[in-house]
Amino acid sequence: MAIFPPENRVWWNEPLHRPEIIWITVAFLWGLVMFFTMIYWHFSGQQNLSNEAYRIFPEVYAERTEAMAEKYTVRTETNLDIPVVHPKPGTDVYMLARLWEWWPILELEKGQEYRLHLSSLDWQHGFSLQPTNINVQVHPGYEMVMTITPTQAGEFGVVCNEFCGIGHHTMVGKIIVVDK
Amino acid sequence: MANELFRICPDTGFKIDRNAEKLIKANAVVAIVFLAVGGLFGLLVALTRWPAVHLLPAEWFYLALTAHGADVLLFWIVFFEIAMLYFTSSVLLNCRLATPKLAWGAFWLMLLGAVIANVAVLQGESSVMFTSYVPMQAAPHFYLGLILFAVGALVAVFIFFGTLVTAREERTYQGSVPLVTFGAITAAIIAVFTLASGAIILVPTFLWSLGLIGDIDPVTYKIVWWAMGHSSQQINVSVHVAIWYAIAAMLLGAKPLSEKVSRFAFLMYIMFLQLASAHHLLVEPGISSEWKIFNTSYALYLAVLGSLIHGMSVPGAIEAAQRRRGFTSGMFEWLRKAPWGNPAFSGMFMSLVFFGFIGGISGVVLGTEQLNIIMHNTLYVPGHFHGTVVAGTTLAFMAITYLVVPLIFRRDIILPGLARWQPYLFGIGVAGISLFMMGAGTLGVSRRHWDMTFTDAAIGFEYPPAAFLMMGLNGIFAIMAAVGGLAFVVVIVGSVLFGTRRDDAYSKAHPVLPPAGAVAVSTYGNEEALKIPGTIMLVTIFFAAFVLYYFVNWKYLSEVWPLS
Repeated sequence: MAIFPPENRVWWNEPLHRPEIIWITVAFLWGLVMFFTMIYWHFSGQQNLSNEAYRIFPEVYAERTEAMAEKYTVRTETNLDIPVVHPKPGTDVYMLARLWEWWPILELEKGQEYRLHLSSLDWQHGFSLQPTNINVQVHPGYEMVMTITPTQAGEFGVVCNEFCGIGHHTMVGKIIVVDK
Repeated sequence: MANELFRICPDTGFKIDRNAEKLIKANAVVAIVFLAVGGLFGLLVALTRWPAVHLLPAEWFYLALTAHGADVLLFWIVFFEIAMLYFTSSVLLNCRLATPKLAWGAFWLMLLGAVIANVAVLQGESSVMFTSYVPMQAAPHFYLGLILFAVGALVAVFIFFGTLVTAREERTYQGSVPLVTFGAITAAIIAVFTLASGAIILVPTFLWSLGLIGDIDPVTYKIVWWAMGHSSQQINVSVHVAIWYAIAAMLLGAKPLSEKVSRFAFLMYIMFLQLASAHHLLVEPGISSEWKIFNTSYALYLAVLGSLIHGMSVPGAIEAAQRRRGFTSGMFEWLRKAPWGNPAFSGMFMSLVFFGFIGGISGVVLGTEQLNIIMHNTLYVPGHFHGTVVAGTTLAFMAITYLVVPLIFRRDIILPGLARWQPYLFGIGVAGISLFMMGAGTLGVSRRHWDMTFTDAAIGFEYPPAAFLMMGLNGIFAIMAAVGGLAFVVVIVGSVLFGTRRDDAYSKAHPVLPPAGAVAVSTYGNEEALKIPGTIMLVTIFFAAFVLYYFVNWKYLSEVWPLS
C-alpha cells in the first residue's frame, strides 16, 4: 500500500503495465502537440503579441501621448471633455493608463493596421478590450507596442482588469472603430 | 522511555510519536480556523460579485478579497501541509519527530506572521490583493507578517527533512519510503524553492515599504513573486496527490499500479513545476516568446505529464483493489460500489475528478502563450484556480481530515449524517463556482473588480447579459460551497471537542479503516492480472474533453482582432 514501504524492495525493476505505457506515450505526445501548436501559431496564426517593448520614463510617455492627442483630436466626449483622437492609419497610436482612466479615446478605422503603444504612469493596470476580448498587462516604466487591426466597427470598452486601488472599477476607456 | 514517547495506533499499528501527534493537531486546528475565516471572506466576495446582491461597499470588497486570498490560499493550506509533512514523516515512518521544540517555535512563528498579516489587512491600509503587485504599496507589517510566516514554514520543512534523516539512521522502516511519503518529499523540496523565492522578493519589498529601498521593478517583482506564488501551488498538488494515494490505500487497500511510474510522476513535479512563474507573464511587456513558450509549458509539458500519469494511477489503483475484492461486473461496478457514503472517499474521488477535468484542463489552456490573451486577468483565472486549489487541494484536505480526527485526535466523527453530505455540498458548490467564473471570464468579465456594471465610470461599458447570469449562478454555488465549508468546520471542531473518545479498546471494537480485507487486496499480481477497463474509459473521456476544449479555445482566439 502507498502508506507502507514498497513490498518489493527492488520496485524499480518491476515491468510496466501495458495501459500505463500506452497512456504515458499518448500523454507525452499530446504535450508535444500542445508545445508545437504555440510555435506553429507564431508562423500561421494572426493573434500573437509582438514582444516589442521599451523602458520609458512615465513623463516621456505622457508627453508622446499628449503630442499625438494634440495633433489628431477630432472632438471631445463626456462631461470631462475626454479627447477623441483619430490618428492616421498605419501610424503609432498611444494610450496611457493612470489612476483611474485610459486616455485618450481612440478612433480607429476598420481593417487598418495601427502600432498601439501602452504604458502606465503610476501603478500596474490591465488593458482589457471588450467585447473582442484582448487582455494585456500594462506596467509603469515599460512601453509595450503591438500591431493591431480592428476587424469590426463599433464602440469597444477598455476595462482595467488589474486591481489598481479604490477607483479601479471606474477605470474604463474607449476605442471607437469606424468604417472608412 | 519508549512507552512515554510513542503510542501504538490500534487502527493501523503505526508507532506514533506523541510530540508529532500534538504538533499535527495544533497545525491542523489552526489551519481549519483560517479556512473558516478565509471562507467567510470568500462568501462575502462572491455575494458582492453577484450583481443583484452586490453586498459590500467597494473598500470592504477589496479588503475582503485580499484577506480571502491570504487566509485560504496561504495560511489554511500551508498550516495543513505542515501537519501532513509531520504525518507522512513521523507517523508513516514510525519515527520520532526531529527537534519537536523547534517545531513548536516554527508553529508559533507561522501563527504570529499570519495574525500580523491579517491585522494589517483588516486595518484597511493593505488592500493590495494577495499578489501585492508593486508599485502599489501595503503597510510594512503586511509584508513582515508574510515573511515571518514563510520563515516559520521553512523551519518546519527542514524539521520534516530532519525526521527523514532520523528515520533512516534509526532504521525505523525497511527499504524505500512509502509512496505517500515520497510525494510529501517532492512537496517539501518544491517548498524550499518557493519559500526562498518568497524571501528574495518580499524582503526587499518590505524594506521598500519602510522607505529604505527606492524602487522595485514591477516586472522583476512578478517573475520572482510568482516563483513563490505559482510554484507553491505545486506543493499543494504534490500533497493532495499524495493524499489521494493515502486515502485509496487506507480505505480500500489500493496499491499503486506501479511504484516506478507513480514516483517518476512525482519526480516530474520537482524538475519542472518551478517554471510556472511564466503563466503570469504571458502578456507582460519585454519578455520574449521563446522564454514564454518554454517556461509556460514546463518544458514540453513534462510536469503536466506527471499529473496525467497520476490521473490514471490513482483511479487505476482503486479499480484494481476493488476488482480483487470481487466487484468485477461490467465496467464500473468497482466505482458504483465504492464507499460513497464515507466522506473521506467521496471527498477524495471528487477532488481527483474536479482537479483533472476543471482545474487541470483549464490550467493548461490558460497557460498557453497565445490563449492567455483572451483570458488574462479575467474571471477565468480564479475559475481555474478554484478548480485546482479548492475543488482539488482543499477538498482532498477535508477528505483526509475525516481520517485524521479518529486516528490522531482519537475522537469519533460526530453528526455522521452531515459529514456524509459535506463533501458533496462543498465539492459541487466549488465545481459550480469554478465553472461559472470560467464562463464569465470567457465573456471577458474582469477579476478583482467591484462593479461589473461600471455605474460610477465616466465612460460606461456593458458586459453581455449572459455574463450577469454567470455571476448570479456563481453566487448561488458559492452559498452552497459555504454551507459545505461551514458543515465541515462544525463536524470537525465538534468531533475534536465532543466526539466519543477512541481509547484502544473502543478503537478495536469500532475500526476506522476496513479490517484485514485491505491487506488481502494489497498483494497484487503480474502484468496479465491488471485489468482496469473502467479507468481506461475514464481516462479516455478525460483526454477527449481535454483535446476538444483545447482546440475550441484556439477557435475563440482566431476570432479576435489580428495582433502581431
